Amino acid sequence: MERTAVRGRLTWQTAAVTSVTRETASVVTIQLDLPDWPGHRAGQHLEVRLTADDGYQAEREYSIASAPGEPLAITVERLEGGEVSPYLTEELRAGDELELRGPIGGYFVWEPGDGGPLLLLAGGSGVVPLRSILRHRHRAGSDVPAHLLYSARTWPDVIYCDELDKDYDHLQVSYTLTRSQPPGWTGYTGRINQALLAEVAWPAEARPLAYICGPTSFVETAAAELVGLGYPPEKVKTERFGATGGH
Amino acid sequence: MDALDGNVIGGLLIDVFGAEMTAAGSTCGTCGATRPVAELVVYRQAPGIVVRCRTCGNVVMVFVTRHGVTGIDLSGLASLSEPGSALSGGQDPGHGCLRTGTPK
Repeated sequence: MERTAVRGRLTWQTAAVTSVTRETASVVTIQLDLPDWPGHRAGQHLEVRLTADDGYQAEREYSIASAPGEPLAITVERLEGGEVSPYLTEELRAGDELELRGPIGGYFVWEPGDGGPLLLLAGGSGVVPLRSILRHRHRAGSDVPAHLLYSARTWPDVIYCDELDKDYDHLQVSYTLTRSQPPGWTGYTGRINQALLAEVAWPAEARPLAYICGPTSFVETAAAELVGLGYPPEKVKTERFGATGGH
Repeated sequence: MDALDGNVIGGLLIDVFGAEMTAAGSTCGTCGATRPVAELVVYRQAPGIVVRCRTCGNVVMVFVTRHGVTGIDLSGLASLSEPGSALSGGQDPGHGCLRTGTPK
């Protein structure tokens, strides 16, 4: 298999869209059928390329939402004024084709053998690669305990809400809502900070592995605070995406 | 626009080096700080892609792609550690120009 592929070459392939599922008002999950997909690792991303009628091309990176072995899926948040995400979230339909290449990334990945406990910190749609990690952990039968802290603007902005509530063993999910909270909200409020992390994070003595994904400001705050709590920097893996504000 | 990190250039690095490089170790040629490529600071709003050291802020890599040819400047790096890659540890990375795609 490896000998038939050109080593180190990422080639653009045309995937068929098998479903588009609305997650929130601005977020969809796109399931893709790609016969030559080589498989991926939990936490990796891929690149999507759109070509306009006049030949103009735009490429964007999207985290893979599905676990290795599951049908390939990405979850995409609409960015106002974006060149690619408005099309993916509003126009794309099952049966359409989408040009992509991947998988990409070997750093922000988790395998069951990496162990834990896992501390997963998500800012907004930064939850997407962490969901792939959680699904991989579940499907692999891993009993590594995990704690997900998910920062979102409002409750309706939370992606995978039902799944995170029901589908996983040995998973604790904490939410912090930064902009507004529903009546009777008992979760956390406000942006991630040292006091919040000191309360929810595994103690450094438990030798946890931390994965942080979100807008740059979220990631940098969270990573700095975890190191301040005694996490070794090499056990704090980070992935930043362009800020959309509010997390 | 905020700075991103080395994860976002994983695809470009495969184009340039022929291998996954985000988990490779990098050593800054200015301050000597070592970290995975994924943890370097990446600016994409410039005409090219500028990669800086997260410790001292100096430029470690620049990539400029034009007509399917990517020019690369790695002179700010002391080393890249990925075993088996074109640029293994200790070798002077220097400059280069690689054809990475079909001219548009």
